[in-house]
This record gives sequence, C-alpha cells and structure tokens, in this order.
Amino acid sequence: METNSNSHSRRHFIKNVAALGAGVVATSANQAVAAPANILSEDRKGVLVDTTVCIGCRNCEWACKKSHDKESGNIEEYSDRSVFKQFRRPSAATYTVVNEFSNPKNPALPINVKVQCMHCDRPACVSACIVGALSKYEDGSTIWDPVKCIGCRYCMVACSFQIPTFDYNKAIEPNINKCDFCNERRKAGKLPACVDICPVEALVFGTRSEIIKIAREKIQRNPERYINHIYGENEVSGTSWVYLAGRNFYELGFPKLGFKHAPGVSEAIQHGIFAYFVPPVMFYSLLGTMMWIYKRREEFNKEAELAEELELQSEPESEVEEL
Amino acid sequence: MNHVFTPVPLSGIYSKKRYLTPGVIVLILIALNGMVFLAGRFFLGIGSVTNLTNLYPWGIWIGIDVATGVALAAGGFTTAALGHIMHREHYQVIIRPALLTAMLGYTFVALGVVVDIGRWYYVWHSIIYWNPNSALFEVGTCVMIYMTVLYIEFLPIVTERFLGRVKLPGILHNLNRAIEFILRILDNTLSKTMFVFIIAGVVLSTLHQSSLGTLMIIAGEKMHPLWQTPVLPLLFFLSAVSVGFPMVIFESYLASRSFGLHPETKVLLKLGNMVAPILLLYLAFKIGDLVIRETFVYLAIFNVQSVMFIIEVILGTVVPLIMFLNKKVMKSLNLVFMASCFVIFGVVINRINNFIIAYHPPYATEAYYPSFGEISVTLGFAAMLILMYRAIVMIFPVISLNINHSNNHHLPHSQEVSK
Ligand code: SF4
Ligand code: SF4
Ligand code: SF4
Repeated sequence: METNSNSHSRRHFIKNVAALGAGVVATSANQAVAAPANILSEDRKGVLVDTTVCIGCRNCEWACKKSHDKESGNIEEYSDRSVFKQFRRPSAATYTVVNEFSNPKNPALPINVKVQCMHCDRPACVSACIVGALSKYEDGSTIWDPVKCIGCRYCMVACSFQIPTFDYNKAIEPNINKCDFCNERRKAGKLPACVDICPVEALVFGTRSEIIKIAREKIQRNPERYINHIYGENEVSGTSWVYLAGRNFYELGFPKLGFKHAPGVSEAIQHGIFAYFVPPVMFYSLLGTMMWIYKRREEFNKEAELAEELELQSEPESEVEEL
Repeated sequence: MNHVFTPVPLSGIYSKKRYLTPGVIVLILIALNGMVFLAGRFFLGIGSVTNLTNLYPWGIWIGIDVATGVALAAGGFTTAALGHIMHREHYQVIIRPALLTAMLGYTFVALGVVVDIGRWYYVWHSIIYWNPNSALFEVGTCVMIYMTVLYIEFLPIVTERFLGRVKLPGILHNLNRAIEFILRILDNTLSKTMFVFIIAGVVLSTLHQSSLGTLMIIAGEKMHPLWQTPVLPLLFFLSAVSVGFPMVIFESYLASRSFGLHPETKVLLKLGNMVAPILLLYLAFKIGDLVIRETFVYLAIFNVQSVMFIIEVILGTVVPLIMFLNKKVMKSLNLVFMASCFVIFGVVINRINNFIIAYHPPYATEAYYPSFGEISVTLGFAAMLILMYRAIVMIFPVISLNINHSNNHHLPHSQEVSK
C-alpha cells in the first residue's frame, strides 16, 4: 500500500493521528468507571472450618448438592467412608468435598477437611475473568455469572486454590462450577446449606472479623489441640473461609501460598501499561511522528537526487517523467 | 530501471504451477483429519477430544494455536514498522507476504480461541462485558482489533487485483461500472488513510504481544519459577520481535522454493542482519532475569522443566545467535534459513514451556499430554493456513516477481498503478 506523498496527505495524516488519539482518550473514561471498586466491607461474612471438630459425615456434601439442584441421592449413602480412600476435589457434580487424612497425634481420630471456594478477599479468579463473569460482593462472596461467561477457563488457571471446575462433557452451555456461598439461601435469610446441616458445628458462619476472633480464642484456650495458624487469615491477603487444624495445613492438602494477594503483580503490570491509555497513545504519536520524519527525509533525499540529476544530465525531462 | 520487483498473482502468465501437488494433497488430508475431531469437540464437548481436566484447563490449543500463533505472526508488525514507519523502501517486497502470514495467522488464532472456549457462541462477549484488570481481556481486545486492522491493510491488495478488471457475466455486467467506481473510491480512501492503520497495527501488536506474557503471571505459585517472573511481558515482547524477521525469511524462502522462484536473497540477508541484536537483547534479559531472581538453582535439578528450559535457551536462542553473528553464515541464504528455523523453534518451545511445561497445578498427580484429537486439530489448522496462503498468493498480487519492464505490455494495468 503506497501512501501518497504530497503535502495534502501530510496534513491529512496529522489530523487523523490527532483524531484517533482523542477517541482513545475518550474511551479511557469508560475504562475508569468499569474498574471494580475495592469491596472489602467490614461486616463481610465468612465461615470458620474447624477440622478438629469435623467428623467426616459428609452431610454438607449432600446438603450442598441438594440446595443447588444437583443429583444428591440419599443422605444415608454419605456415611459410606470408603470414598475417603481417594483424594477428591470439587467438580461439576459437587461444589464441596470432604477428604480424610491420618492423625499422627491420635490414629483413631482421622482428620477430615472440607474443601470449597475460599471466597478470597482479593480473588485471582475475579481479576482474571475476561468478561467479568466472576464478581466479588460486599458480603464477602465470589459469584459466577452464567450470563457473561464464555468458558475460557482462565479463572481455573488463575485460582490459587484450584477451585473452579468446568463441564468438559457439555457441548452447549458448559458451566464454571464453584461454591456460591449459598447466595440464594442467604438472601432468604438462611444459613449456607452446609453450615446449616453440620451436626457438630464444625462450620461457624459469621462476619469475618468475628470468626477470626473465635478462631484465635480457640487456639489460645487449647494450644495442644491446634497449631498456631489460621489458614486463610493472611493467605493471598485473606479469604472469607478460614480453617483451624491440629496438623500442618500443607500436609492436609492446602497449598502453600504467600500473603500477597494473587492479582497484585498482574494488575500492576496491566495498569502500568495502560494507565488511562496514556502510554499507548503516546506510543502511537511517537510512531506517527517517526513515520512522518522518515518519509520527509526520503522525499528530501529524492528531491536532492533529482536536482543533482537535473544538473548533470542533458535531457532532464524524460528522466523526471519516468520517475 | 528495467528490473522491478512487482507483486503479481502466482498463476496464469506468471506461474505455471498448479494448486494441487502431492504435498498439498497431504495437507488437505491433515486438515480433514483435524475437522473430524473439531466436529467431535462441537457436538460432544471439549472433554470428548482433549485431555484437559479441572487441573489442566489449558492445553496445546491455547499454548500452541493461540500463544505460539500470535508470536509467529509477529512478522507482520515488525516488517510494517521497518518498511512503513522507518520507510525502508527496499523491504517493500517482503511486506505483503508478511502481512498475509500475519492476517492468516491471526485468523487461525481467532479460530483457535473459538474452538477452545466452552461457550464459543459468546466469543463476542468481551466486546460488551469489560474487565480491564484482566490480561486476557486486553489480549482478546487487541487481537480482535488488530485482526480487523490486518484485514484493512490487506484490502488494497484486493482492490488492486480487481480494479479495472471487473467483468461480471450476463445481466450482471450492468453493475460493472458501479463496482469499479466503489472499488476506486475504496482504493483512494485506503491509500490516504492507510498510515493510521499501519501505526495502530504496530501499537496493538506491542500491547498484546507483551500482555500475552502477563497472562500466566496470575497463576503465581502454579508456574515453575524458571518462567514465572514479573518481566514476562517484556520477554514475550522481545521474543516476538526476535522471531518476526526469521519468520519472514522462513516463509519467503519456502514460498519461493515451492513456486520455483528465485528467493529474494539480498533482502532476506539484510533482514537476517537485524536479527542478532534483537536476539542478543532478548537473551540478555532472559539470563539477567535468571541471575537476579537466582532461579538458576532450579537448573541443577534434573527434570522436565530444567531440560526444556535448557533446550529453549541453548537451541532456540544461543545457537541461532552464534549463527547470525557469524560472517560466513550471513553470506549464505541456506544457512540464514537454518538459523531462522532455530529462532522459530526457540519461540515455539518458549511458548509451550510457558503455557504447558511450566504450569504445575496443586493436586496434579500426572502431567498433561495433548490427546491425539488435540494434536490433530492443531495440525489441521496449520495445514489449512498453508493451504489458504497458497491459494491467496495464486489469486492476489502478494509475492513479487522480477519483471522486465521493457515488455510490460502483458501486465494487467493495475501493476503499473502500484508502481
Ligand atoms: S478460591 Fe479461587 S475461585 Fe474461590 S474466590 Fe478464591 S480465587 Fe476465586
Ligand atoms: S471461564 Fe467463564 S468465569 Fe472463568 S474466566 Fe472464563 S469467562 Fe470468566
Ligand atoms: S456455602 Fe453453599 S455452595 Fe458453598 S459449599 Fe456450602 S453449601 Fe455448598
């Protein structure tokens, strides 16, 4: 594509560059509005899971499935402890699972650990989702929106706890499956289904600050029973669901994570590169200017060459025409 | 001024070659095989043809079709920067082939995305639902706009092909003048505004080539420390720039081979001369990062990751760098072609490493290997790309031939316009 080389096109050029720049700056205003506010409300809710209390009855698994219209079967089947032979993860079939680990302190009392979405304070999944189908709410929950999701599975790549799962065997409307903190039930003033059914109160629902306080008191009152670590208090800068245990968490299937929130570096880079579109626009203008200067130089050289040739040659006309 | 390189369609008077050759038939079979598995994916779900799981949500469709595809299409913006922005006219001959590769490359990247995402019919959602925090949102948006820009950049080649040659048969011939008129307006507008798109193309490429590197940063601890670094975007950008010219050398060499043309030796060697500095810069950052973060300790552990890292750096960067710095190599197009192949290999391995080898999720008991279906689809797409490239260079004036201007009477007159 040859570009015209007369002065008209040059004027045109500058006008266009300017117009494009203005347009881009205008859209950057939208961008600022679309960026989510930092919602970490003081009375956001959470759940304290005390793995030393949990008896592995798996009633929570049943209640979770039941309350989310999933194939749940008979609650009696859940007392079958042979499932513990396998280490299980949440899936499309169930948002929560209970696993069993041996207890070095007391082999007769194995440790059971319930797993579900941690509802991180600064969730990687929310930061990552290309269309914002995952959102963080003021009440602490992280919820997936089936209307927006395109099924790219970036949330699964991003989540520090490997929680979201995908319907690999559905050709149409495959979902991202993940605990929704019983959003519907809580809106109706009920407890999350799993918390509600737990027969031994291994799950305690409350504001996050409350449950952290309870957890700390429990450790203080019973230092032999618990290790001095509230998992989720600081991991990835805090999660709504937090855990107590009598054994090192990393031996109970919890990932070892830092205290910085997961989206930190990536968001810093994103906003650094974009910073209200200023860097791209500046880069655009720079390239535009370069293009103009190089072109100008070329023309200048050509003119100079031409002038030289005109001087040297006896029949200048024909030469000019050919060019 | 007797010999001028002019882009022409490689068919009819300019080339005796036929579209179908034994090689092309093999490619068609590979493409068809890919289609079979694609059908499986669309009717039975992603799980039916892939080895993807809840632990390994991304496989080679993202790692190769998308991430590597974008990198290998970098020849488009690097040559545009060189030829148009820095206005080096002698590179004009390679701009069109590079543009075509980029256009097809991005088309197949987009197709790759559609195939990989679960709700492919919502692929347009990112246009209306924005998440500016997401690196993927940025990559997606830039790729979408850039693809449009590439199509616009290609349009003049289409108008050039048809200007003055619109001959619709039968009663439709009444439309000939109108179409001709529209084409001429289009051609005029395009030639006056093209620079807007050219610059935009370079800006967009810079943005998404680097953001592709930001993608895996959020995976944090799940990514092996040999690759997990905050400078990933820079490394991705530099490696994309470094593979731009080698890709152009690679296709130009192969295209002239397959059409029995003389390769553009002079231009390609000149291009080759520019590879070493970029490659050196990339290598410096790569090694610097390794040293500063002290991740070289992981190289002492013998495992898939360390071996792949060494292959990537030695075979993919150091070896071609030495070749490109060697005076003897730089005199032979065959050797420069070989060195280019090493660079391309290095970038392909780098992208595979970043997206697949480096990713080790918690709870994984076994590694991910692509299934036969996944490989078939990836190969099928590559085959389709080559088939389309071949068809397009036979129909449209993309590849330049050395045409003797003293007997240019049988040139379609559009070629004179383009001069
Ligand atoms: S645990 Fe994973 S899915 Fe749940 S909020 Fe955190 S990042 Fe999101
Ligand atoms: S799969 Fe859905 S929810 Fe997850 S990142 Fe992609 S669009 Fe967002
Ligand atoms: S909070 Fe609700 S959705 Fe989450 S695990 Fe408990 S029952 Fe399931």
